[in-house]
Amino acid sequence: MTSKEPVIYNDDIVKFFTIATCFWGVVGMLAGVFIALQMVFPDLNIEPYLSFGRLRPLHTSAVIFAFGGNALFATSYYIVQRTCGVRLWNDQLSFFTFWGYQLFIVIAALGYVLGVTQGKEYAEPEWYADLWLTVVWVAYLAVFFMTIVKRKEPHLYVANWFFLSFILTTAVLHIGNNLVIPVEFLGAKSYSVPGGVQSAMIQWWYGHNAVGFFLTTGFLGMMYYFIPKRAERPVYSYRLSIVHFWSLIFIYIWAGPHHLHYTALPEWAQTLGMTFSIMLWMPSWGGMINGMMTLSGAWDKLRKDPVIQFMVVALAFYGMATFEGPLLSIRTVNALSHYTDWTIGHVHAGALGWNGFITFGCLYYLVPKLWGREEVYSLKLVSVHLWIATLGIVLYISAMWVSGIMQGLMWRSYDDMGFLNYSFVETVMAMKPFYAIRALGGTLFLAGSIIMCYNFYRTIRGDVAPNEVDKEGNPRQAVSAAQTRKAVAS
Amino acid sequence: MVDKETKKQDVDKLSGVETTGHEWDGLQELNNPLPRWWLIVWVVTIVWSLWYFVVYPAWPTLSGATKGTYGYTQAKELAESQNEILKRQSNYLEKFETASFDDIMNDRELYEFAMAGGHAAFKENCATCHGTGAEGGKGYPNLNDDDWLWGGKVTDIHQTLNDGIRVQGSYDTRLSEMPAFGRDKLLSKTQINDVVEYVMILGGETDLTSLPGHLVYQENCASCHGQNGKGLQELGAPNLADDIWLYGGTRKDIYETVVNSREGMMPAWVNRLSQNTIRQISLYVHQLGGGEE
Repeated sequence: MTSKEPVIYNDDIVKFFTIATCFWGVVGMLAGVFIALQMVFPDLNIEPYLSFGRLRPLHTSAVIFAFGGNALFATSYYIVQRTCGVRLWNDQLSFFTFWGYQLFIVIAALGYVLGVTQGKEYAEPEWYADLWLTVVWVAYLAVFFMTIVKRKEPHLYVANWFFLSFILTTAVLHIGNNLVIPVEFLGAKSYSVPGGVQSAMIQWWYGHNAVGFFLTTGFLGMMYYFIPKRAERPVYSYRLSIVHFWSLIFIYIWAGPHHLHYTALPEWAQTLGMTFSIMLWMPSWGGMINGMMTLSGAWDKLRKDPVIQFMVVALAFYGMATFEGPLLSIRTVNALSHYTDWTIGHVHAGALGWNGFITFGCLYYLVPKLWGREEVYSLKLVSVHLWIATLGIVLYISAMWVSGIMQGLMWRSYDDMGFLNYSFVETVMAMKPFYAIRALGGTLFLAGSIIMCYNFYRTIRGDVAPNEVDKEGNPRQAVSAAQTRKAVAS
Repeated sequence: MVDKETKKQDVDKLSGVETTGHEWDGLQELNNPLPRWWLIVWVVTIVWSLWYFVVYPAWPTLSGATKGTYGYTQAKELAESQNEILKRQSNYLEKFETASFDDIMNDRELYEFAMAGGHAAFKENCATCHGTGAEGGKGYPNLNDDDWLWGGKVTDIHQTLNDGIRVQGSYDTRLSEMPAFGRDKLLSKTQINDVVEYVMILGGETDLTSLPGHLVYQENCASCHGQNGKGLQELGAPNLADDIWLYGGTRKDIYETVVNSREGMMPAWVNRLSQNTIRQISLYVHQLGGGEE
């Protein structure tokens, strides 16, 4: 049923977003390494602009919204054109989403270092930045949705369901959590419309579903296209993709209250948040199973192709993080884990392992395709990236597990006479070595990303490294950029 | 799956599983069923959640929320875990509450209890200023020595802890003010330099009466710090004859003290900590190094 006329896709916009993804990825991870070092060497807190309190939201926003967001723009624009069989709707508007989104990132980042904040996690930018993002996001929805409307394929490919749910829900979350009244006409300050525990509940409805719909459904959309593409295999189960899609989006939206266990939030709301988190476990795993099982019959590719390895390790971390999440949501487990480094470790298992790795895997597929190369400059360097980053994650999350559980246990430790065994500062001192290991892990992860950027630079130039093999294991001819240019010229 | 239009069945050659018959950019989907274990585990989590809804507070109603059959509230859970702590303490607390400081110091078990409680409370409340080892710092007295500003008997320490030092708005707080001799122009610069010189060598064997600072000291300082500089605990006036200096013992430090005065403060703990805890800290601080009888 596919139209046989050649469609000229808008790949320029995808290239722009791809380069922005790499750039903001390095910036965001560098900020992460710096604040990790601040935890070990407090003297690195350079007041006021580079203090931990200001750089921490810079790091989280840079990796989630700048790195992750640009990756989602790039891949969704790439995928929707190909799976709908049409060029992206409205070139001008799509380029507006690019420059508009970069402008939002810069406005938000400036606000962080200057100390402008709403004090809401992952929603720190003040109203002026929020309004601008709303404009950009509506344009994104329009471009994506209109491309679907004018599609030539009768059915909608699974990746597009996930992207559409991500774009729509992110809009609802963003507006819902940023209902504020600016205090002054020319000032940045505003006050939240709901107050107290209602505000906290809305914040975590937003915060949790930023993880759910930005970092989960959006990235599952990437996974559903690039894994079958790279593995050259059909998606494992259409039925599973339908059932896990609808159950995931229906259940996820309820899970936010588990961030507010043992607070002023009424118990019934805590219970709902917790039980829906438990029921979310299998719907989350549906995506992992579908991705992994897509490789069934093609497991030999996992042995040879580091790009597939990236994608599979990403799914493994996704599975681990989506098991750990429900576990941490259980009230009694949360009593130990809440406010400790365990949470930080959990978030990074998801962010570094799932979001980072699936993005790297997709980019390694995407960059050669976009710039018309057969393969990246060096698959060996992809392998180096894979192992150095995996080692980094393992160091990071195991350090945070140990440090977090130790911290939680020290806080609740009483002696026989009923007195606290440890003061707060003693718990901080005990965590210091693990902070150092965490910083080392983050540094390795950052180093991997820089290797990736170098690999892309050489790929785009048109080089092929000597002594390379392709993803099937066949030797490749070393090529220099000059030869490529000559070939193109002739 | 059989395509409605072509009546053709598409099967994936490698796995032998039929596809859904659609193709996007070369991508297809197999028509595999849901993995059975996946479905079973999901159903189990749903059933477990339904049970949890019955047992715990779970759903909002018009007049509040379902209470759950187990009678759980987080306030109850907090009370339970606090009771567990109190139960451990109660073996000692009953006796401790009514015992005098002397009784406690003569009862080994009670004294050990006071030390454990005082140590824990000290680390959490006092160490921020006085240091985890009570070694103090500039402006924060070292509590390990026998140099006491307001008295080193356990009852003195207790009063200091209770009502603090120079707490604004408190009638019971320990209060004294050294004049800012320079800032308020009570002494000339020469006089201040003379008295700083005098204070620095005060306490030695030498006769200081011939020094120019002697008269300045006797007329302005001796009423609180004493003729020989030994200080006066009733007024919180430090001993100037020893080598212990709260704000530093260099010429520059002492000059600054005389010119501008210092007036450090300590919070009153009477409304922050329980009397049991304050008494435990009093006994703990008393034994650190130089408690007075």
